[in-house]
Amino acid sequence: MDFFIQLLVNGLSIGLLYGLSAMGFVMIFKSSSVLNFAHGELLAMGAFLFLVLTTWAGLPVYLAFLITLAGSFVLGFAVERLFLRPLIGESLIFVIMLTVGLASIFKGLLLFFFGGNLHTYPEFLPAGLGLQFGNVLIPPVYVASSFIGIVFLVLFGLFFKFSPQGIFMRSVADNQTAALSLGVHVKKVFALSWAIAAMVAGMSGIVLGVINGINVHEISAIGLKVFPVVILGGLDSIGGAIIGGIIIGLLETFTCGYISPSLRDVVPYAVLVCILLIKPYGLFGLVEIERV
Amino acid sequence: MRRLSFHPCGNFKESYAQEITIFETDFGRLSLMAGLILLFGVLPFVSSPYFLYVCNMIGIAAIAALGLNILIGYTGLISLGHGAFFGVGAYAAAILATRLGLPFWVCVPAAGIVTALTGMVFGIPSGRLKGLYLTIATLAGQFIIEYILVHWESLTQGTMGIVLPEATIFGLVIDGDRPFFYVIFVCLVLVTWMTKNLMRTRFGRAFIAIRDNDRAAEGMGIPIFPYKLLSFGISSFYAGFAGAIWAFYMISITSEPFTLSLSVEYIAMVIIGGLASIPGSIFGAIFITGLNEILRWLTDIFMGMGMASGFGLNMASLRELAFGLAIVLFILFEPKGLAEIWRIVRSNFRLWPFSY
Repeated sequence: MDFFIQLLVNGLSIGLLYGLSAMGFVMIFKSSSVLNFAHGELLAMGAFLFLVLTTWAGLPVYLAFLITLAGSFVLGFAVERLFLRPLIGESLIFVIMLTVGLASIFKGLLLFFFGGNLHTYPEFLPAGLGLQFGNVLIPPVYVASSFIGIVFLVLFGLFFKFSPQGIFMRSVADNQTAALSLGVHVKKVFALSWAIAAMVAGMSGIVLGVINGINVHEISAIGLKVFPVVILGGLDSIGGAIIGGIIIGLLETFTCGYISPSLRDVVPYAVLVCILLIKPYGLFGLVEIERV
Repeated sequence: MRRLSFHPCGNFKESYAQEITIFETDFGRLSLMAGLILLFGVLPFVSSPYFLYVCNMIGIAAIAALGLNILIGYTGLISLGHGAFFGVGAYAAAILATRLGLPFWVCVPAAGIVTALTGMVFGIPSGRLKGLYLTIATLAGQFIIEYILVHWESLTQGTMGIVLPEATIFGLVIDGDRPFFYVIFVCLVLVTWMTKNLMRTRFGRAFIAIRDNDRAAEGMGIPIFPYKLLSFGISSFYAGFAGAIWAFYMISITSEPFTLSLSVEYIAMVIIGGLASIPGSIFGAIFITGLNEILRWLTDIFMGMGMASGFGLNMASLRELAFGLAIVLFILFEPKGLAEIWRIVRSNFRLWPFSY
């Protein structure tokens, strides 16, 4: 029973992380309907920026965290400005392939500077943050990541629901032309959504790095695992991303614990195919499938 | 002998047959002949074994890229699983040859058919969904197939790999680079000819209609789902076919090379070469394979200079970076790819010195 509960706790925390990573992805898709294959690399960029700031530059953690967020924000903005803006109005293939190319570039750069080895952050979370329920221990990183995840989820929910920028983003996602004719600055919305998404990705990257250590290959693999998560949750639902993330996380840890560790990485994709066949708009996605 | 026909100085086409003709002038036919003679008569005898090996790799890659171009360029569906489909073809050929002892010329098409069926399984979601979701489904296919190749050990022997028997055609043993050169390039020429003609039939036109506007295509009475699936099947068939030849050429295969980055490599060939262009696929294959070899050569030079060890300069990072850059730069600056550059160069020559 303890084993079960420990798995449950691990699954929930990993799932929350997946959800957190997926949130930025959904944000980009929601506003500009771009499938971002470079999302894992955006996570990795954030994680490595934090690594550089904390270990090499020796900055205090909170300052490094803020600078990483700002840096990721700028990175997202620059990516949109330099690479995606010229493609507005081009066909889907080019946009998707551009993000695939960007993923390769970022991955190549990170491998070039940091190599494919595992890096770790210095220990900075207070040990008292861990929770103990009977025999089940929740490590401090999981508590912190859950906390961050929930805070950001609420913040983004409020942002999309009430703030003018959030409403602009939703309107652009819904119908670009209509939004444009109603006076929404579509380009600004695109730039902003990439910047915010990169910021969220940077933050998730840091959390991932704290839990597992950072390794370019692993983090970019997590970037691809975003796809099962968002398809399960619904491509355009932020809440769905979190819930999808948790379901995928639980599924992974339980297969790892009860069936076979090697199956762990392939189960999410098997689920993905099933969902695409049965309920392609996911649990919370907008039902807008054309049957052509 | 009839007179050579020249390019008309305007569009004087009067029938649909003229519109879809392959050779507008006899010069095209002549230069194709000359090209084929050079390819088969001269190239294998003057080039070094290494260059011949590179040519063979280009030929194999070109077959797979042609298939992918049918899917991406002509039907407008994106597959991120072609690296894995290539692997399915390689393994299918290996298993058919070792377990059932089938000969080379049966194994290769059979492997293509097995791959086509596998590909169609992952194409099924396209029945309900549009392009974007299919991309994700094939991404899942990539990971699932990769997993199966590594872990279904009783069939694929996992990381141990399979050693293939010698390839023979009607008693003739094919080994070494030169005989394989002939096999690969005869296949490539056949496949190119098939693709070119496929695109002139009702099937090819249906693919193009689906790409351009699927609702209009449906309205015109094209059953979308069967055609999408067919396109997927044909495309996977090419990938499997190429994979099977590759397996025989490599003699032993393991599950390592068929990763997502191989899929990306094939897509890069199609994008860089030029979407919906048959010469484009071949240019793309030449470009990417050439880039691969140049990068390997560069890494060797750096290794020799002793710079590499401390700098973390390895093949993987350089390759990723160069591929990414190539894809991004081509999309931003020449989205129609090398085929368009080739067209511009050609028309400049044709109009010289009176270009407008």
